[in-house]
Amino acid sequence: MSKNVKFIQGNEVCVEAALYAGLDFFAGYPITPSTEIAEHMSLRLPQTGGKFLQMEDEIASICAIVGASLTGHKVMTATSGPGFSLMQEGLGYAIMTEIPCVIVNVQRGGPSTGLPTGPSQGDVYQARWGVHGDHAIIALTASNHQDIFSITVDAFNMAETYRTPVILLFDEVVGHMRERLVVPEPEEIPLVERLRTSVKAGVDYHPYLPREDGRLPMSDFGGVHRYNVTGLFHDMWGFPSNNSGVTHGLLRHLVDKIKNNVEVITRFKEYYLEDAECILISYGSSARSALHVMENRRSRGDRIGLLELQSLWPFPYELVRKKCANAKHIVVVEMNMGQVIRAVKRAVDHPDRVVLANRIDGFFINPTDIKNILRLIQGKGV
Amino acid sequence: MAVKDYIRQRFFPHIWCPGCGHGIVLNALLRAIDQLGMSKNEIVMVSGIGCSSRISGYVDFHTLHTLHGRALAFATGVKMSMPELNVIVPMGDGDALAIGGNHFIHAARRNIAMTAIIMNNRIYGMTGGQYSPLSGYGTRATTAPYLNIDHDFDIAEMAMAAGASFVARTTTYHVRQMADILKEAILHEGFSVVEILSQCPTYFGRKNKMGSAADMMEMFKKNTTPIGSEAKKENPDLIERGIFVQKDVPEYCSEYDKLIENAMKGQ
Ligand SMILES: Cc1ncc(C[n+]2csc(CCOP(=O)(O)OP(=O)(O)O)c2C)c(N)n1
Ligand code: SF4
Repeated sequence: MSKNVKFIQGNEVCVEAALYAGLDFFAGYPITPSTEIAEHMSLRLPQTGGKFLQMEDEIASICAIVGASLTGHKVMTATSGPGFSLMQEGLGYAIMTEIPCVIVNVQRGGPSTGLPTGPSQGDVYQARWGVHGDHAIIALTASNHQDIFSITVDAFNMAETYRTPVILLFDEVVGHMRERLVVPEPEEIPLVERLRTSVKAGVDYHPYLPREDGRLPMSDFGGVHRYNVTGLFHDMWGFPSNNSGVTHGLLRHLVDKIKNNVEVITRFKEYYLEDAECILISYGSSARSALHVMENRRSRGDRIGLLELQSLWPFPYELVRKKCANAKHIVVVEMNMGQVIRAVKRAVDHPDRVVLANRIDGFFINPTDIKNILRLIQGKGV
Repeated sequence: MAVKDYIRQRFFPHIWCPGCGHGIVLNALLRAIDQLGMSKNEIVMVSGIGCSSRISGYVDFHTLHTLHGRALAFATGVKMSMPELNVIVPMGDGDALAIGGNHFIHAARRNIAMTAIIMNNRIYGMTGGQYSPLSGYGTRATTAPYLNIDHDFDIAEMAMAAGASFVARTTTYHVRQMADILKEAILHEGFSVVEILSQCPTYFGRKNKMGSAADMMEMFKKNTTPIGSEAKKENPDLIERGIFVQKDVPEYCSEYDKLIENAMKGQ
């Protein structure tokens, strides 16, 4: 076996990908099913000169990574449902202050302590709206180890490009599953490094004055520019302001920098959509079962296809609408009571053609679950 | 450098009420920093939310105004990722010890080098005078109209128990001592805690009929005494001022550097 081929857990893949992307600071608090990320980080980061911190809770973890990002480092934390709930205030802070960081949520069953070891995809809307107030967010996901690797690198790249927190919404199945990973060669996947200001020492630097393209060049804490960072609405110096123009402008900037780039941010995979009468839409581990069903039915001649979403927020409404334009049936496959299906219904021309194939009992959705729904659609009964 | 060179004049006037003790702390802190001859670029001030926490906006350092109670957690990220920086964390008593109490004891336990300044006015000033964990039994606040039945605790004792390697207390009346203590605290290689009794005439003072800001400061003069004084023996109710501990304990960032060395050697 070449040294670039590994047989490891999804959580470990996430760690290796983060290191590949240039991560050098991680803070976290153990929680199933994400714990292996912290464990593996504690082993791997110091070997590369980076730092792993086990904080007193998830609130402290997200705060610590924001602090470390400000000194110029690529940072990450990882958690699951209860911890993700605790992180929401810090997440909002990172959004407001435009601090690049990556937050992994390896989803488990909820609400509350829920099903620590049971798979679920119930946090899709928490990722979107867990933070109070209007805002935009990027949330990415993946269904297999090779994709976990590339999407994790993407997450770091997007965090730097848009100066925003990026959420990696994995689930218990992909997190704990072991499969083959071919580790990309260095430089095989391009990396986005932090955009730093070219303003010289002694010249007025405006930390919160976006360039024409909407990007905000940063200056590291400890560097030659001293400025203020606050979670309050702030002006171009980073100083608190409740001037209505400043407030309006900042909120628009925070939302538009992501909303206007939906197409650039969107990640997906498609299988046989051209002639598909029935389209499965899925993501994360559920997409593995959906793929299996699709391949099985195709081999029997059914005109069925699969759209696997890898970016959930901002939701690719236009993409979904176009891809589903000619479909008679659209089946959304997910492990919750219907979350992504809401966005799909909003996106497509015929919402009445959209049905749900789901499972909410803490067991992995399997191909039979999906096939049963397909039989019902075809009027065959189960 | 003149003290005014350490402030961001553009952002004045400040938000504090006339007579508020927080401005006195700002003054003494800048004098301490000036006397130490520190460069502005090497200082990061991290604060939470509260009247006290607004101090970070007015100083010309790298400043991070964060979330209520979380300043020490953010500061831990800053310090760990760039240990050469000097991190100063001013907090209110509610900020540091109610919502932020857990971060406080764990930062002390790690002994990570930073200066935690607790501006203890025994009240939640910013939200309009609700009782804090430091208000004390029998006091009044806007959420304690029938007298407070919550007991307070001793910040210095708690900091010591949690492992802080430098712990001191002073008041806004004792400005010289405040500057001297802050200098020692900043120079200390470890987690330093400086509790500063500060007055909130607007809420704590008014609710508890303590008179003007000047009257409240007079109180600090009367009801405090240097650590280990004769007066304390005669009147145990007096609050002690001065440095309680100042000891050498391995500092967290330097310990981490050793850990990295071992990891790189494959140990
Ligand atoms: C999570 C959260 N809860 C509550 C508040 C409201 N709040 C703002 S400041 C404050 C208390 C401030 O008191 P203290 O920390 O003692 O500082 P002071 O204003 O007295 O200087 C509270 C409760 C908040 N901002 N965030
Ligand atoms: S409310 Fe109290 S603590 Fe706040 S500024 Fe006024 S006097 Fe100071």
